[in-house]
Amino acid sequence: MTIIGWLQISLLFLAVLIAIKPLGLYMAKVFAGERTLLSPVLWRVENDLYRLSGIRADKEQSWLAYTLAMLAFSLAGFVALYAILRLQAYLPLNPQGFAAVPPDLAFNTAVSFVTNTNWQNYGGETTLSHFSQMAGLTVQNFVSAATGMALAIAFTRALARSKIATLGNFWVDLTRATLYVLLPIAFLIAIAFVAMGLPQTLDASVSATTLEGANQVISLGPVASQEAIKQLGTNGGGFFNVNAAHPFENPTAWSNYLNIFAMLSLSSALVYTFGQMVGNRRQGWALIAAIAVLLVSGVAVTYWAEAAGNPILTALGVDPALGNMEGKEIRFGQAMTALYAAVTTGLSDGGVNGMHGSFTGLGGLVPMFLIQLGEVLPGGVGSGLYGLLVFALLSVFVAGLMVGRTPEFLGKKIEAREMKFAMLAVLILPLAILGFTAVSAILPVAVASIGTAGPHGLSEILYAFTSAAGNNGSAFGGLSGNTVWYNTTLGIAMLLGRFAYVVPVMAIAGSLAAKVKAPASAGTFPTDGPLFVGLLIGIILILGGLQFFPALALGPIAEHFSMLAGQTF
Amino acid sequence: MSKEHQASSLLDSKILVPAARDAVRKLDPRQLVRNPVIFVTEVVAAVVTVLFVRDLVISPAAAGFSGQIAAWLWFTVLFATFAEAVAEGRGRAQADSLKKTKSDLVARRLKPDGSTDTIPASGLKVGDIVLVAAGELIPGDGEVIAGVASVNESAITGESAPVIRESGGDRSAVTGGTQVLSDEIRVKITVAPGSSFVDRMIALIEGAQRQKTPNEIALSILLSGLTLIFLFVCVAIWGLAGYSGTVLSVTVLAALLVTLIPTTIGGLLSAIGIAGMDRLVRFNVIATSGRAVEAAGDVDTLLLDKTGTITFGNRMASDFLAAPGVTAGELAEAALLASLSDETPEGRSVVALATGEFGVAMPRAEFDAVIGFTAETRLSGVDQGGRRLRKGAVDAVLKFAGLADQDVPAEFRRAVDQIARTGGTPLAVADGNRLLGAIHLKDVVKPGIKERFAALRAMGIRTVMVTGDNPVTAAAIASEAGVDDYLAQATPEDKLAYIRREQQGGRLIAMCGDGTNDAPALAQADVGVAMQTGTQAAREAANMVDLDSSPTKLIEIVEIGKQLLMTRGSLTTFSIANDVAKYFAIIPALFVATYPALDTLNIMRLTSPQSAILSAVIFNALIIVALIPLALKGVAYRPAGAAALLRRNLFVYGLGGLVLPFAGIKVIDLAVSTLHLV
Repeated sequence: MTIIGWLQISLLFLAVLIAIKPLGLYMAKVFAGERTLLSPVLWRVENDLYRLSGIRADKEQSWLAYTLAMLAFSLAGFVALYAILRLQAYLPLNPQGFAAVPPDLAFNTAVSFVTNTNWQNYGGETTLSHFSQMAGLTVQNFVSAATGMALAIAFTRALARSKIATLGNFWVDLTRATLYVLLPIAFLIAIAFVAMGLPQTLDASVSATTLEGANQVISLGPVASQEAIKQLGTNGGGFFNVNAAHPFENPTAWSNYLNIFAMLSLSSALVYTFGQMVGNRRQGWALIAAIAVLLVSGVAVTYWAEAAGNPILTALGVDPALGNMEGKEIRFGQAMTALYAAVTTGLSDGGVNGMHGSFTGLGGLVPMFLIQLGEVLPGGVGSGLYGLLVFALLSVFVAGLMVGRTPEFLGKKIEAREMKFAMLAVLILPLAILGFTAVSAILPVAVASIGTAGPHGLSEILYAFTSAAGNNGSAFGGLSGNTVWYNTTLGIAMLLGRFAYVVPVMAIAGSLAAKVKAPASAGTFPTDGPLFVGLLIGIILILGGLQFFPALALGPIAEHFSMLAGQTF
Repeated sequence: MSKEHQASSLLDSKILVPAARDAVRKLDPRQLVRNPVIFVTEVVAAVVTVLFVRDLVISPAAAGFSGQIAAWLWFTVLFATFAEAVAEGRGRAQADSLKKTKSDLVARRLKPDGSTDTIPASGLKVGDIVLVAAGELIPGDGEVIAGVASVNESAITGESAPVIRESGGDRSAVTGGTQVLSDEIRVKITVAPGSSFVDRMIALIEGAQRQKTPNEIALSILLSGLTLIFLFVCVAIWGLAGYSGTVLSVTVLAALLVTLIPTTIGGLLSAIGIAGMDRLVRFNVIATSGRAVEAAGDVDTLLLDKTGTITFGNRMASDFLAAPGVTAGELAEAALLASLSDETPEGRSVVALATGEFGVAMPRAEFDAVIGFTAETRLSGVDQGGRRLRKGAVDAVLKFAGLADQDVPAEFRRAVDQIARTGGTPLAVADGNRLLGAIHLKDVVKPGIKERFAALRAMGIRTVMVTGDNPVTAAAIASEAGVDDYLAQATPEDKLAYIRREQQGGRLIAMCGDGTNDAPALAQADVGVAMQTGTQAAREAANMVDLDSSPTKLIEIVEIGKQLLMTRGSLTTFSIANDVAKYFAIIPALFVATYPALDTLNIMRLTSPQSAILSAVIFNALIIVALIPLALKGVAYRPAGAAALLRRNLFVYGLGGLVLPFAGIKVIDLAVSTLHLV
């Protein structure tokens, strides 16, 4: 580790910290329907949209109606995307003449983008037409992120309100998230990316003759625009197969900075929005503090593990000062790769600028573990916030009794109904991750896809299902995922991770909204102080992470200690 | 806390022996299924027992290990049922003495024709009228409809001083099993046998009617959810280990499962609940449901009657303030004469002040007329010769004297205002239409009550004083006693409205009362405590009854409720924090054969994989026994704000729960390896 490396990391966190408040306040205004800077331009568009689609913006929905609207919208998105992928040969903007995407891959990809996972079993530049990328993937990049934001805002309202049975209107929240937040910011970022040298064209790939006289096909396309929303919406599905390690997706240290900033700032700001909307900004900051502690720890461990390198290689004469550079881009180095890896998995982004599978055992453990925690650091836009709030409810419930009162969070009593749905939600990740991994670990057709022997092979499977169920989308590398088995099971894991999780969470929101909000007193469990931050971190680690410990012990942990012991597989 | 009954010692063999028997009886899976965590443990124990038997037949060498694991798993279940049995046993000892009092009650029932017949008390119906004479036991709960008697209620209250029970008013309720000491009363039975107060008390103490409280249900869901997750983890490990060629025996997976699921809190949960109810009983409070005890911990506002709670019930005459032209002696004498017929404590205090401090001789004169004090007239007095002496509420006396506002001397008005401003109650004394002066009645605030309110405030609980006094008086006493708010000139409707208003704002209210007109407010309050001396209506409306009839008890009830929740939370936190150490004991043990490098994770340096697994299982069982006393006694409690309580308990039970098992498992491992158990 170097001082320069840490300076780079700190500078990025500082920039995000500065952006949190203005962005958070802006979103609070947007979702409250108040006038903002962009209202003069967008107000008319917004209302025209409502009129055209017959939505009454002032009509609020119960949690069930809200959730059903979300499910219907996601189903429609899935059907549309699946159709586009299957029919891309007949659709316009296909200069390379790509054929239809096979059914299992189309299912996997459609689910992947609708659930904001963006797991890529396809190679973008060699499989998908510009139309599929733009009208299919990019559209979902926007609306799946907006869906997550809408859900988070609905949950926030549940805690902000007292004795109100409704949570807002899904269509309105969805429209505002897209129109006022994602579109304008993505537009700015896309322009910046173009300035940094990312291609933005509808032309086909370019052929070039290399110095050796060989013919090279250089893929091009609308990269900058897709890259902007990929990061902003914590989608992570890159234009190119190697994602942000590709020089056209992420050409410079600056573009790398903007990549990380874009994904981290909006999600973090949403936590601030939460504090603002429930009338307790300190609560927002307390949650951000818990996130920061875990996220910085994740960065530190990865950076340390990668900088420490591999003793087996050192023994073979590699300069130990280089650390482990396998799977990393020279233009980013270890610090920026470690930062990217931790942020993309602490979030639900899933873009990568290095190959996590090439990290050392410990370095690879961190991204995997951060996803397993439930991607709440601060998670995907929206999905992270409500995941974090479920943990906050659990923390309050477990430890809140210790102050001698029935647990309450922000004045809302946490009772049997909330616990029932919280446990249902918390069950999903271990179920989807460990269940599919355990089956894949012994099923011959699944084991055949593994790229590496030894514990690393298990890590590849574990990472894939972790990434899918966590709706992350990043890949460990090594595993050949484009098989019927993985396309199908990963698709199911993604669906479980998104919808089986969010439905009980919304049920909690409905139940909380209807409860009276009790005023705080000296006897109330304080949830906005450092004590709560520590408690929340403990609960996230113990209830969110500990159940994966046995699986991790057989994968990255065994790999790490074996490496230290000089054992190879 | 006052007057706690002698708590039976935890190591009392009278409780432990039957509890051990009960613990075995409670192993019945049909009963255990109510507790999912322990039920899963029992199923796992049964499975491992089968494996042990198989090992005995197939590979006797392995049987030593699986046999010990099976034994300790059974112990885990047994310790959990034992904890519950001990908690129940402590209550049962108390219930037994109650049962004795009512086992052979007989009733002298009054028939419509006026004759009586003697029937067993169990044959009484609601509405029956029974006669109870001195020396007899009252056969059932009811209301005195004729007569007055002194009654010994020590069987239920433990208080040996007899109490007066009389028809009409607020002291008419009698309880079955109590003894009439003097006179004879007619009692109308109001409660059917089997659901009487003593019956309810017995059922509650024995835990027979125990239902899970709302918070207990929520906690059970969390614990069941965790159990499900870990069940899943253990099944998945089998597949994951298969990848690297490790074959895990069901015995070690069973051991892992039981150590990971929250058996500590799962095993102690119901004991904590029973012990909480028991603690209330020891404070002479009977709760009709566990829900009320939990609600007591959540209370935000205490509605306290001024009289008897904040002040010593009786206002005492402390001074005579003569009107212009009247001497103090003259006024004292007139006040004395006018108060002779006033049997209220206030009236007697006037007599005491006049004869004592003011040296007026007790008169032996004949009176032409004696006017007793009533609530309607609010004055008392005598007519003697030409004198028509009256003493009473200022407006009542002024009205009697026929004085208009402008006729009242300014000095008198100032004196009255002065008395009221300092929290006193002014009385006026008049002779015919001549105003003689004022009497200063003073409400004496109980010593130490201000400090208690301060402690409550630190806990985040507001105190509201309820009084029939005028606002000025109320404000003065409120500031002297240090309450947060007061409700002056409060009618029962005002109380009810206040409670509703507070509840609208999301606050939980506790109050106590004894009169029939308190009943609606008692029913509306989240925690309503009726006095044992109160009316049947009040006792029915309340969800707790205080046998000592001490209004201050409300504060202790809140503390007991808080302690119950704190104990539950502390042990849950402890139980969950324990998992970290258990992982570090078992995971390396499971996989070290496949990946020798994983021995680095064995940070406790446990002797062998088998001893590590066995030690974790033993620790997991023993910790339940070790925590039984804490579960029954409750965690240490002192009034403090939530932040301070959280800091302390998180440190002790959170951090303690993280660290302790590392040491515990290590010690057990040393013992296991020294004794060559595996």
